Amino acid sequence: MKLTAQEVEYVAHLARLEITPQEKEKFTAQLNDILLYIDKLNELDTKGVEPMSHAIGVTNAFRADKVAASIGTEKTLANAPDGRGEFFRVPKVIE
Amino acid sequence: MEFETVIGLEVHAQMLTETKIFCSCSTKFGAAPNSHTCPICLGMPGVLPVLNKKVVEYAMKMALATNCAINPTCEFARKNYFYPDLPKGYQISQYAYPLAEHGWLELEVNGGKKRIGITRIHMEEDAGKLLHDEHNPVSYVDLNRTGVPLIEIVSEPDIRGAEEAADYLKRLHEILVYLEICDGNMEEGSFRCDANVSIRPKGQKEFGTRAELKNMNSFRNVQRGLEYEIKRQQYIVENGGTIVQETRLWDDAQGVTNSMRGKEEAHDYRYFPDPDLVPVIVDEAWIGKIRADMPELPQAKRERFISEYQISAYDAGVLTSEKALAGYFEEVVAICAKPKQAGNWLMGDVMKFLNEDKKTIRECPITAASLAEMINLIDAGTISGKMAKDIVEEMYQSGKNPREVIAEKGMVQITDEAALAKTISSIIDANPQQLADYRAGKEKLFGFFVGQVMKATQGKANPQIVNDLLKKMLAK
Repeated sequence: MKLTAQEVEYVAHLARLEITPQEKEKFTAQLNDILLYIDKLNELDTKGVEPMSHAIGVTNAFRADKVAASIGTEKTLANAPDGRGEFFRVPKVIE
Repeated sequence: MEFETVIGLEVHAQMLTETKIFCSCSTKFGAAPNSHTCPICLGMPGVLPVLNKKVVEYAMKMALATNCAINPTCEFARKNYFYPDLPKGYQISQYAYPLAEHGWLELEVNGGKKRIGITRIHMEEDAGKLLHDEHNPVSYVDLNRTGVPLIEIVSEPDIRGAEEAADYLKRLHEILVYLEICDGNMEEGSFRCDANVSIRPKGQKEFGTRAELKNMNSFRNVQRGLEYEIKRQQYIVENGGTIVQETRLWDDAQGVTNSMRGKEEAHDYRYFPDPDLVPVIVDEAWIGKIRADMPELPQAKRERFISEYQISAYDAGVLTSEKALAGYFEEVVAICAKPKQAGNWLMGDVMKFLNEDKKTIRECPITAASLAEMINLIDAGTISGKMAKDIVEEMYQSGKNPREVIAEKGMVQITDEAALAKTISSIIDANPQQLADYRAGKEKLFGFFVGQVMKATQGKANPQIVNDLLKKMLAK
């Protein structure tokens, strides 16, 4: 087993996903299959190969510091499930 | 038991760019809520963030100013967590490969110098702003600040006290403002500080358990918050308790730190490289270009002022506290070549006027050339120091140059010895009793005669000449 049911539950919580005990079992099995499959990559000898974060060779993609028009408050709030005036409205979260 | 305090600081500084770090929305403060937003900073699916080159350049400036090594390659990573001010569900930051590392900043401590190590400087995006409803269980979200560029400057745990921490912050703040990469406004949150603080018995090598302190939005509050927290931890340890690793909030009104409950759950940010943003490669040529563009930094300027202008360390400190002020001072000195006087007029009268009006030196109605000319007029004896006090005020009020003010007010000093001798002689004639008393040994009456001459000349007589003449003529 690469991954325990507790770890699946923990990751689900971090992602704010609610899963049933049946789903937990199912996902644990599926995720383990995936991880085992990916494990195949470990058979390759990567000694001396620099880790890379991107598959493409592009670097230094920059933008100039020039203002372009924003989309406006109305459009910004258009998809919001709840809002008031010019604000999004959310359940209160105080740290 | 004697304790040693160990403090490390994390500073977030907003970069003074026109646009956000990954999109072209304006960063201007104070706009209507949710008006500086676009699909990129709102975290809509399928958008592509593109890095603002100026952010990299500004961050490089700070890295060079704090003696950091700039990494040849750096990368952006996603820091995953849920909070309503973070529309994407992750913050784009730098993690394993930051822009710069291994720097230091020098502080003056007890007359000596002390280096505070800088662990790293990295670039990241700011989050939005939450306004909590006082009466209802809701919060309002403004995403204008989402994506505004920040640099985070992390210090080594080298700081040994609250005052030292405040000093380090002031130096850092000063450099950021000198570099013109951050406006340094602490109330608006352009410069924010979190502190990791712990105590340990003196001599112990291992660190104690630390608390993270937040919500200190001024230099004074940083010092107060840390002082309180140090005392709190000492009290706990001295009474046999143990320090809990936690985040605590400084309460300015109560003057205490409080545990931030409900956040006991350890954060697990699951950082991973952001696939949308490609690596940034910084070569020597680029660093050289940025280095060539660096202004003189505050500490170097202070040292130069002391040696070049022969002014005190204190004066040099005041005059270089702001880049524009230092520039103004140098402009004045370039014309009148009298640094001591220039410093005194600037730090005395001119800054008093500016402070009263809550103005900065940039808004000063007196030009550097005018102030220099006034100093030259005093030196030439055309006006007295006392007259200059009135003239400089008039210059400040009207924006006129000293010659205009002097001409308008007829304030030219009388230096004509023959004319003054004539005035003195008539005063002596009119006060025979005082003259007799003075000659009989009542030397205090000298002041009476000076006063009479000044009165007769409406204060315009050159005091030195009056003194010399009176001494001669009264002795006869």
